[in-house]
Amino acid sequence: MKIHEYQAKEIFATYGIPVDRSIVCRSVEDAVKAYNHMDSQKVIVKAQVHTGGRGKAGGVKLATDEIELRRHAASILGMDIKGFKVDRILIGEAVNISKEYYVSYVIDRNSKSTILMLSKEGGMDIEEVARSTPDKIYKFVIDPSAGIPDFLARESAFKLFDDINLVRQAALISQKLYKLFLETDASLAEINPLVVTDEGKIMAIDAKITFDDNALYRHPRIAALNEPTEEEKKEQNAKSKGFSYVNLGGEIGCMVNGAGLAMATMDMIKLYGGNPANFLDIGGSSNPTKVIEAMKLLLSDKNVKVVLINIFGGITRCDDVANGLLEAFKQMKNNVPIVIRLTGTNEKEGRALLQGSLFHVAENMGEATRKAVELTNYNQD
Amino acid sequence: MSILINNDTRLIVQGITGRDGGFHASKMKVYGTNVVGGTSPGKAGELVDGIPVFNTVKDAVIETGANTSVIFVPAAFAKDAMMEAADAGINLIVCITEGIPTLDVIEAYHYINQRGSSLIGPNCPGLISPGKSLVGIMPSMIFKQGGTGVISRSGTLTYEVVYNLTAGGLGQSTAIGVGGDPVVGLYYNELLEMFENDPETDSIVLIGEIGGDAEERAAEYIRKHVTKPLTAFIAGQEAPPDKQMGHAGAIISSGTGTAAEKIAAFEAAGVPVAKEPAQIPELLKNRRY
Repeated sequence: MKIHEYQAKEIFATYGIPVDRSIVCRSVEDAVKAYNHMDSQKVIVKAQVHTGGRGKAGGVKLATDEIELRRHAASILGMDIKGFKVDRILIGEAVNISKEYYVSYVIDRNSKSTILMLSKEGGMDIEEVARSTPDKIYKFVIDPSAGIPDFLARESAFKLFDDINLVRQAALISQKLYKLFLETDASLAEINPLVVTDEGKIMAIDAKITFDDNALYRHPRIAALNEPTEEEKKEQNAKSKGFSYVNLGGEIGCMVNGAGLAMATMDMIKLYGGNPANFLDIGGSSNPTKVIEAMKLLLSDKNVKVVLINIFGGITRCDDVANGLLEAFKQMKNNVPIVIRLTGTNEKEGRALLQGSLFHVAENMGEATRKAVELTNYNQD
Repeated sequence: MSILINNDTRLIVQGITGRDGGFHASKMKVYGTNVVGGTSPGKAGELVDGIPVFNTVKDAVIETGANTSVIFVPAAFAKDAMMEAADAGINLIVCITEGIPTLDVIEAYHYINQRGSSLIGPNCPGLISPGKSLVGIMPSMIFKQGGTGVISRSGTLTYEVVYNLTAGGLGQSTAIGVGGDPVVGLYYNELLEMFENDPETDSIVLIGEIGGDAEERAAEYIRKHVTKPLTAFIAGQEAPPDKQMGHAGAIISSGTGTAAEKIAAFEAAGVPVAKEPAQIPELLKNRRY
């Protein structure tokens, strides 16, 4: 789960990580009020959206007087950045930056650990730095039983600074950021840039935290910050019913048990010349209620012209799955053609039950996919 | 032979008095797995389908000589269950539970490693050495004893592939679902090494998916160390970026972890990549000598 910069800065502040002074605003008038509270004439106006690349999109501007502030606030509020509409801006006191750095904690799949990443290339797209000049990024693998002892915090800070005063400040920040990372179950906690001011102070002037969805149950105050997009609402609603759903924009709706098989099914549709409408994993069992819910979800997408149901009957036998499907479709009206592919335990019995029904029954994935693509083309003519 | 589990496996089921734990304990026992006990704190002395229940893993190990554990406890308690098994001296810990916070898995993984034990999962279907032992939730009837080793990040996609292998006359030595989370225990390279060294395994199928770069690392490992015929399959070619496809680990982030990169890595290492699961038996047979 993502949160906004201003929310991340509030969390930073509670952990004692120095941040620039800033106020979040929802209107131009709010922005003017905030500006009049600032000690500095120069302020930064920043769009608050759940995506990167704000600067390039024109969502970050410097204002040196009230007229300029009004102009920038008015232009950024309501702006569309990669499909996200800006409804909040952050007004922050401009800082006299001497140099910019990068610090983050992320989960590393390969070392199966949290790692601390630092770079002198702050303020840049860090993925680009990682691609083009990987030697400019320093990585420290964290032993979860030791955390970040003082020596490690110092050692990592010496990668960025020579001056011991700066090293001490940076070491403390990386220890606090690790504490935050652990205690909030983050999957990313990033300061980009971390800056040294002309006055020799180190502070975070941007803040990014992503949280582990699986751990939100134990962080209700963080979970309350969830602001899903329309698309994400649909996905989260599906999740609450035990499904994983992602819209893909094509015409063949698929319903599959298992994430890997669901991915393979959408790939096959493409391979056979069709376009998958979605990824939908309905999980292990396939009882009638679940199938009805899944069909409702699929057909709420008006692009869907054909539905392909691909079920591997493992522990749940195919004859039980077939009975469940027949029961489900007895209870719902539907005029979209449906192709069913059932394989696994008791598959012959399962397919026999479906013969003579309104379904197109297929024996294997290839046959089912070919049929679904054919029916889509036929429906378009 | 086979790898990791065989006729010497002595299994306990953590969370045996729960719905899933009890159901699969019986299934494993029927298959012939030597299920020697289960745990559920406060329920020592009870029996589940004739299997004795203990309060702690330590008690179960002392009483039964268990060497392998399978975990069915809810996500919030799974870290503790994994650590308890390692502390009691269990060699192989298989965690089926889905939805465990990643930092819990990291903590448990390092704890298990420091005690010299191995972890499979979490968020996995477990593993099977057909004809010998089943540890997990795989549908045993689709498997057949044979020489192909199977490693996969997925559940039902593994069954689909195994179903095709069995139909194509290729039995399996051991099939392992390593789990769909970003951080899990034993992974491609460790398992490839085990299969390479297992005299009963004559060929290998690797089933990957989007997210991370473990497939690229496996391709590199195969090029250097694996001599047995191998075929790969990668799911998620049509996955959009930044969307989690069911499994927590199946996500293309910052433009990396795509199926195309993984397929290219295998092809560069001389590993044929199947376009669909049904092609796998044929591709493997062509590579066997």
